[in-house]
Amino acid sequence: MALTGIQIYKLLPKTNCGECGVPTCLAFAMSLAAAKAELAACPYVSEEAKAELADASAPPIRVVEIGTGERKLKIGGETVLFRHEKTFINPTGIAVLVTDEMSDEDVAGRLERFKTLEYERVGLTLRADLFAVKSLSGDAGKFEALVTKVKSQTDGGIILMTEDPGVMEAGLKACADRKPLIFAATKENAEPMAALAKEHGCPLAVKGDGLDEVSELTTKLTEGGLNDLVIDSGARTIRKAFEDQVFIRRGALLKKYKPLGFPTIALPCEMTDDFMQETLIASMFVAKYGGIVVLSDIQGHSLFPLLLARMNVYTDPQRPMATSPGIYEIGGPNEDSPVLVTSNFSLTYFIVSGEIEASRVPAWLIIVDTEGLSVLTAWAAGKFVGDVVGISLKKSGILDKVRHKKVVIPGYAAAISGDLEEELGDWEVLVGPRESAHIPAYLKEWKVG
Amino acid sequence: MAFEIPKILYNGAIKENPLGKESNRITVGGETCYPFHLFEGNMPHPPKIAMEVYDATPEDWAQAALDPFTDVVHDPAAWAQKCVASYGAEMIALQLASTDPNAQNTTAEQAVETTKKVAAAIEVPLIVWGCCNVEKDTEVLKRIAEECTGENLILGPVEEDTHKALGAAAIAYQHTIAASTPIDINLAKQLNILLGNLGVPDERILVDPTVTGLGYGLEYCYSVMERDRMAALTQEDERLQFPIVCNLAKDVWKVKEAKLSDEDAPLLGDPTKRGVLLEAMTALLFLLAGGDILIMRHPDAIQLVRGFINDLMGS
Repeated sequence: MALTGIQIYKLLPKTNCGECGVPTCLAFAMSLAAAKAELAACPYVSEEAKAELADASAPPIRVVEIGTGERKLKIGGETVLFRHEKTFINPTGIAVLVTDEMSDEDVAGRLERFKTLEYERVGLTLRADLFAVKSLSGDAGKFEALVTKVKSQTDGGIILMTEDPGVMEAGLKACADRKPLIFAATKENAEPMAALAKEHGCPLAVKGDGLDEVSELTTKLTEGGLNDLVIDSGARTIRKAFEDQVFIRRGALLKKYKPLGFPTIALPCEMTDDFMQETLIASMFVAKYGGIVVLSDIQGHSLFPLLLARMNVYTDPQRPMATSPGIYEIGGPNEDSPVLVTSNFSLTYFIVSGEIEASRVPAWLIIVDTEGLSVLTAWAAGKFVGDVVGISLKKSGILDKVRHKKVVIPGYAAAISGDLEEELGDWEVLVGPRESAHIPAYLKEWKVG
Repeated sequence: MAFEIPKILYNGAIKENPLGKESNRITVGGETCYPFHLFEGNMPHPPKIAMEVYDATPEDWAQAALDPFTDVVHDPAAWAQKCVASYGAEMIALQLASTDPNAQNTTAEQAVETTKKVAAAIEVPLIVWGCCNVEKDTEVLKRIAEECTGENLILGPVEEDTHKALGAAAIAYQHTIAASTPIDINLAKQLNILLGNLGVPDERILVDPTVTGLGYGLEYCYSVMERDRMAALTQEDERLQFPIVCNLAKDVWKVKEAKLSDEDAPLLGDPTKRGVLLEAMTALLFLLAGGDILIMRHPDAIQLVRGFINDLMGS
């Protein structure tokens, strides 16, 4: 992957002209290695050196884009095996299958659910990404008609599924401008499929019987100038498919094995007839390295958990997950409802708000900016102390929203109650439970007067 | 140009812990590879699922979770028997929720009585889980340890504040403990060291990393477990080489999305299937991160996950 400063230095002119802004080529090379400089700053670097450096800095797993416009899906580009080592980058694309042998009703149902099943959560819109349109009949006209229908009724990305190049061509005629993923090139049809991918500038999925066959195909295709590839290892049992995902990711990252340096596509819809199990299989691919999962259907009860799994696994662990400070209304509070205050560490927020919700006591939850630290850590760091919390409460505007003058602080922050009372004047500071699990019982006892 | 599978060199192994009564031992742990990475190591004991039983009739459960148990929710022993007889439970987890001083605040005597009844009703290993109140857990779990000698119960949570009293009780009366720390690998290691210093034998320690449900910070627990396994298996971190227990059902089913009816949440589909998938998916993610024992609730979720374990084990 990345070259060392010395390796880069060998590719530079070694004239120490200084025009790049640093005095020597060696210093410049070191800056490049640390990603603190751009190669373009050197006016004299040779074309060969540029190509070699670009090649060396290419990500070990290629980023492939499917679709156009707002709903363009990016997959690949991953750099780690475990999310805690850095982060996972491009979330697994979720695709729903329609075929040309489904009834109009079945197709319409999937189109409708694809459109309506959207969920707002911590400022994100969670939803499915793609339609996988599959030809079962082998009839080019039927395929084209179905693709046209899907394209006209959704702005989601499209995967065209047929191994017959003639049928594929018909599908591309209908939607090539939407940059669909062509699924799939196999040992038998690789040449005509590659020609179609090239002609239309579309990404191409490669389906092999095992990773050796996949590697041969991707090598051949990249030699032919196609780089936007997606891998289907062909495995359709849970264990084999899981292992192949691990092998592909490890091959690309640990061995820099280029033939497998592409995102993957997994097909839970071809691995079981049980819809619940299929959804569960999809969640395995969310955690273990699937670029796209193709599902036979989506329902609210299947898609929602899967989207949560994806959101969780792809959350960047380098950033403390923080909730925006401010007032959160839970259960429709009024001027007599309790006021609780806590830190803006997301996990704290989730758990505390969940417990308040569970109590069925409407309440005001005030989130103080603790820079993503939990209550105890924030208190120790001086970010959840009397004056800070007091100022946050005043600034939040909560003092005007309630008639009473009581605020509940977390039990772990009991020590701040004196300072906070001083800061707030005539307000009474109540020390709540230490553990959020005890909030419901506490709130049920809470009285305004 | 055959592709050579890049393998990871492991230099550690998870300890093997025998659980349950002498007459009906089951063993957990023993892994020599990352979860289900069977091409480069072994999982001699596939992960086990413990089914939850509560010491008092649950009050605010989702209907979906209650439905399979409506005939037994008032009787923990009958509930446990049903889990074994009807759903093939490999273990039972008795949740002593009613001992919570902030709930019914039932007494240690009552908890002992319930535990004895449940233990007598089943042959499979029994986990006994306190209410997560330091003083009350110390009192209750200590009494249970004393009065249930020979059962080899799994007592949890054993936290830093309770580890001396409960660790000593576990040694004296021969029980296993679930060492519980709040989603932090260093704290987990520290508690395991303390328990070792106290003299708790390694084969009597399980690790509870504290888990939460899907959509509510699951990623923290997931990564702590992955890091735990990485340290245990590749960095010879001897004080992390313990089987992991995930007490997940209570958090999964507590969230609002698990409880909403289809009228309240038309976009969330069928409430039962939604709850089952929330639970099964949480469980699967924890399996992939290194869970050895999953404490679960809904029979359908359990069946799905059990099938998945078999599929991943290739049997």
